[in-house]
Amino acid sequence: MTAPLPLQTQDPLILYGDVFESRLLLGTSRYPSPQVLENAIQMAKPAMITASLRRQGSAATEANSGFWDLLKKMAVPVLPNTAGCHSPKEVIVTAQMAREVFATDWIKLELIGDDYTLQPDTQRLVQTAEQLIREGFKVLPYCTEDLILCQRLVDVGCQAVMPWAAPIGTGQGPLNPYAMKLLRERLKVPLLVDAGLGLPSHACTVMEWGYDAVLLNTAVALAQDPIQMAHAFANAVDAGRKAYLSGAMPAQQSAQASTPLVGTPFWHQE
Amino acid sequence: MRVIVNQIPRDLNADTSLTELLEAIEATPPFAVAVNWNFVPKNEHDTLILKENDEIEVISPVTGG
Repeated sequence: MTAPLPLQTQDPLILYGDVFESRLLLGTSRYPSPQVLENAIQMAKPAMITASLRRQGSAATEANSGFWDLLKKMAVPVLPNTAGCHSPKEVIVTAQMAREVFATDWIKLELIGDDYTLQPDTQRLVQTAEQLIREGFKVLPYCTEDLILCQRLVDVGCQAVMPWAAPIGTGQGPLNPYAMKLLRERLKVPLLVDAGLGLPSHACTVMEWGYDAVLLNTAVALAQDPIQMAHAFANAVDAGRKAYLSGAMPAQQSAQASTPLVGTPFWHQE
Repeated sequence: MRVIVNQIPRDLNADTSLTELLEAIEATPPFAVAVNWNFVPKNEHDTLILKENDEIEVISPVTGG
């Protein structure tokens, strides 16, 4: 799905050939209320918003009875996820159901290996991505910052990968800058940081490294003012991207005066 | 016959179609369905006849990260 309005940017995010104005993707869970969620989305203007699927009649679906109407009202492209899936089969079937319900080929591939850390099952992630790709999905895989894992995901057809910065919902920010910078250096596909960001400065930092977008949820939803925080993140993503494109100065070891020394008042030879 | 719908047992008449089951449980759109771990597209709901011990998942959109 592409942006419904003419692009205002000359630096769009391009994923699987679709063009997006924003480099911020926003999750929709854990907000204090549907109204706050709606206002945060309006403030952040994300490229996509994530959604999930749960059993009808469960507490989750009962609590989300107005969510479908909100999705239609917002008219922001939806990225369904396979959150909670622990096997490739669960992922595939959930993705097929999501495609029908949301009428989209986009899928955020989550294959969870541990219920405490919520880290991806890296052993089976690649094969699962490969099958989804074969079935025509546009796969955005939630993965770790491991270079080999990410390369294998690209090898099987993923046109973007989404390494975590830190475990989901922890807000710790990038825990392994070395590995994340290495990914940017070695992979040519779009990289989206998904999970673990807590502050706008985290988002700005990864964008400065050259990452193409960020996906976050808890950092906005659990802020004391989610609407302002959504705005802050949108600004941070934009600032980081502009900084990256501008080519920042290299860090120096020694001080270098920025004001010319020649003509300094009161200076005299000792 | 007995089937399991979202992990809840339910008794049905023999030869009940998936559509008839969905009507019986008052499934509210939008939703999607899997039977025995296989996705069943909407256009096959009428023709799929349920069998004893079939496991049916009926899922709907919710918020997510």
